Amino acid sequence: MSVGFEQILVQTVNGLVNGMILALVASGLTLIFGIMDVVNFAHGDLVMLGGFVGASTMATTGNFWLALLVAAVVVAVFGAALQISTLRPLLGRDPLTTILATFGVSLVLQKYALWQWGPSARNLQEPITGRFDLFYLQYPWYRVATAVLASAMIGALWLFLKRGTYGIWIRATTQDRIMAAAMGIPVPWVHTSVFAIGAAMAAASGVLFGPLGGVTQTMGSDFTLRAFIVVVVGGMGNLGGSILASIFISLLEAYASLFVSPAQAVIVSFVALILTLLFRPTGLFVPTPK
Amino acid sequence: MTGPAGRWDRPYWIGFAIVGGLLVAAPLILPPFWQRFATEILIWGLLAMSSDILIGYTGMVSFGHSAFFGVGMYGAAAALLTVRPPSLGLAIVYGLVGAGLVAAFVAYFSTRLRDIYFSITTLVFSQIFYVIIFTWTTVTGGENGLTFRQPALGLPGLGGIEFTPARLHWFVVAVVALSYLLLRRITRSPFGMVLQSIRENEPRTRAIGYAVERYKIVAVMLSGLFAGLAGVLYAIQNKFAAPDFVFFLVSGEVVIFNVMGGVGTLVGPIVGAAFFLVLREGLSRYFEYYLIPVGIIFTLMVIFLPQGFLGFLRRRLNQ
Amino acid sequence: MLSLSDVHAYYGKSHILHGVSLEVGPGEVVGLLGRNGVGKSTTLKSVMGLAQPARGHVTFEGRNITGLAPHHLARLGIAWVPEDRRIFRLLTVLENLRTGLDRAGLDDRRRQKLLDKVYGAFPLLRERRHQAGGTLSGGEQQMLAIARAMMLEPKIILLDEPTEGLMPRMVSQIRDIIGVLHDEGVAILLVEQNVPLTLAVSARIYIMEKGVVRHHAPAADLRTDPAMIHQYLGV
Repeated sequence: MSVGFEQILVQTVNGLVNGMILALVASGLTLIFGIMDVVNFAHGDLVMLGGFVGASTMATTGNFWLALLVAAVVVAVFGAALQISTLRPLLGRDPLTTILATFGVSLVLQKYALWQWGPSARNLQEPITGRFDLFYLQYPWYRVATAVLASAMIGALWLFLKRGTYGIWIRATTQDRIMAAAMGIPVPWVHTSVFAIGAAMAAASGVLFGPLGGVTQTMGSDFTLRAFIVVVVGGMGNLGGSILASIFISLLEAYASLFVSPAQAVIVSFVALILTLLFRPTGLFVPTPK
Repeated sequence: MTGPAGRWDRPYWIGFAIVGGLLVAAPLILPPFWQRFATEILIWGLLAMSSDILIGYTGMVSFGHSAFFGVGMYGAAAALLTVRPPSLGLAIVYGLVGAGLVAAFVAYFSTRLRDIYFSITTLVFSQIFYVIIFTWTTVTGGENGLTFRQPALGLPGLGGIEFTPARLHWFVVAVVALSYLLLRRITRSPFGMVLQSIRENEPRTRAIGYAVERYKIVAVMLSGLFAGLAGVLYAIQNKFAAPDFVFFLVSGEVVIFNVMGGVGTLVGPIVGAAFFLVLREGLSRYFEYYLIPVGIIFTLMVIFLPQGFLGFLRRRLNQ
Repeated sequence: MLSLSDVHAYYGKSHILHGVSLEVGPGEVVGLLGRNGVGKSTTLKSVMGLAQPARGHVTFEGRNITGLAPHHLARLGIAWVPEDRRIFRLLTVLENLRTGLDRAGLDDRRRQKLLDKVYGAFPLLRERRHQAGGTLSGGEQQMLAIARAMMLEPKIILLDEPTEGLMPRMVSQIRDIIGVLHDEGVAILLVEQNVPLTLAVSARIYIMEKGVVRHHAPAADLRTDPAMIHQYLGV
C-alpha cells in the first residue's frame, strides 16, 4: 500500500496533537521523579481519575471548561493527600519500594474507578465543534485546540518554574534537597506541591483526552506505560527532554500506524525505549553525558 | 536469611513434611472446587517463587514474569495442538524452551540496566509480547486464546493414564515441591550467595571481581524457566491459553504475592499467593471490588511491613 | 547559645562521633581543629539534623533542637556553609541568594537592603549575578556559599573548611569576611585545616580526635604554646 504525502502530513498533525497531550502527562511524571526520585506507577491512573471526574462534572453542569478545572483541582488535592500518606514515609528508602507502593495505589485507583463509574467508557462532548479542511480530511478544530491548550499549560509550568520564589524553591530542591532544606526551604511541602501539580496536569490531560478517546479504566495503564517511555527517552528529570520525546514518540507511532494497526504501532515506542536504554541511557534529548 | 540454617533445620523439615502431607491429602478431603483451587494456588505459588529469585535474592524487581509465564503457557499449547497424540513431556519441553528463549532475550537487554530502568524494561518487554500474542491472531488465536485437550500423564513411548483432578493435583504438588527443593539448593549454593551479594552491594560485588551481568542473566533465565514451567502447568490444568495472562498487571500481582509473603524466602511467595487468592475468593463473594481493600493492604504492607508475613514472623520468632 | 552535649552520631553503621561536647556563645568565633576524618564535619551535620544523633543533645538558645529537620533551623537562626559548598549549580548567583532571601517576614525594602549589603561585601557576586552558579570558580563559589548563608541573617554560621583549595589571596578574603561577621555579632563555629587562620580569628579552640573533643583552650593560650597543636595535628 503506497503512502501518500497527504497522509504523512495528516499523521504529522495527529502525532503533534497526541504528543502534546502525552507531554502534559509526562512533564508531571518527570518533575516528580526529578525532585523526589519517585517513579509514580499510578500517574496514568491520575489521568484516568481526572477524566472520570471531568466526565461527571460535565454530566451535571454541561460545561467542559468547568469540568477541566474541577478535575484538576480535585485530583491535585487527592495527589497531595496521597503523597503525604503513602510517599512521605518512604522517603530515603530503596527506590523499588516506591515502585511497589505506587503500583498498589494504581491497582486501588483502577478498581475504585470501576466501582464508581462502571465498566463502560465515558464520553465527553467536545467543547469546540466544527471541522476544517485538512487535505482530504475534515479535521476537528478540537484536536488543534487540545494541542494549543496543552502547550499553554506546559508553558505556564515553565514560567512558574523559571520565575518566582516557588519556582526557585522547586528547582533548588530538585538539585540538592539537603542544601535546600538547610536554606530553610520547607522541602516536605515542596515535594507535596510538586506532586499535586503533576497530578493536576495529569488530570487535565485526562479531560482533554476525553472527547478524543473516551475515558476508560484501562487508559491509565496505557498512559503510564507511554509516559514512562517518554520520560526515559527524554532523560529522567529533564522537562524539556520529556516534551521533545513526547512529540518524537507520538510522531513515530502516528507514522507507524500508516503501515500497521494502532495496537501494533505501539511497539515502535517500545523499540525506541530499548534502543535509548542501550545506547543513550541518559536520554536521547539530553546533551551528551560527561 | 539463607545460608547455614543451624537451629532452623529440624523444625523446618517437620513443617515442610506437614505442609506437604496436607497438600497431598487435599484431593481426598476438600470438595472439588477447593481442591482445584489448591492446585491453582500451587501454580501461582511456583510463579511467585520464580519471581523471588530476582526480587528477593538478586534485588531486581521484574515485571516481565507474565511474559515468561505466557510463553510457557502458549508453548505447551503449541505442543498439545500440533503433535498427536498430545504428549505431556513435549508440552513441558516446548514450554520450557520457549520461556528459556524469551528469558534469554529479555535478560540480554535488561540486565545491562539497573534498578528502575531494569523494571521498566521488563515491563515493556512483557507488553511487547502481549501485543505480539494479542495481534498475531492466526498463530495465537488473538484475544480468544487457544483451547486444547489435556495430555495423559506418562512418558513418551510408554503408556499413560488420564489426568483426573486428583492426579493432576498430585502431579502439580510433585513438580512444585521439586522446583522448590531445587531452587532452595540453588539459593544456598555459591551461586546463590553471589546473587545475594549483588542485592546487598552491587558495586562491591563487581569490585571483588564477579561478572555481575553474567550472574544476572543466569538469574533471569532461571527465573524465566520456572515461570514458564508454571505456565505449562496452568495450560495443562485449564486446557486453554489466553493473552490476558501476559499483560503486565499479572506480573504486578505476582510481585504482590512476593511482597506479602516475604521476599527472599522462597516459601513466602507461595504463602503470599495463597493469602491473596483466598482473600480474593472470600472477599469477592461479598464485595465485587475486593481488590480495593487488598490493594490498600498491599500498599500499607510495602510501607510498614516490607519483609512480608514470613519476614515478620521470622523476626518475631528470632526475638 | 549553641551547645552539644555528649553527641553520638553514626554514618550508616560507622560510629563516627563518640560523645562530642562543645559550646559556642553569642557572637563568639570558635574553632574546631583536628586531622582528617575525626568527625569535624559530622559534628556540624549533627547540629543540622543531617547525621541523626543516636545519643546526646544539641541545644540552641536553650531549646532542644536534637534531630530537628534541617528546614526548621534556618528560621531559628542557624546557617550552614558545607565543606563542598553545595552551590545550586543550575541556579544563577542571584537565585542562589534568593533561596535564603525569599523568606517570610521580610518586605521588599529590607530584602533589597540585605542584598545590597551582601553585594557590597562581595562585589564580584553582583557582577556575576545572572550567571549560573556552576560556572563560577572555586573561590567565587565559596564566596557565594557564605553570602547565601548571610541571606538568612543568622545568629550563628557553621563554616566547614571555607579555605580548602583556595589561593592565599582568597584565604585572606575569607579571613576578612569572618572579621566582618564577627563585628556584626554573628557567632561562627569554624571547622578548619588551616591552623594559623583559625588561631588568628577564634576566641576559643576545640581539638578533636577520633570522634571526641580531646582538648579545649582559649586561642590565645594555643598561640603562645602550640604544643597541643603539634600533638593532635602533627603540624
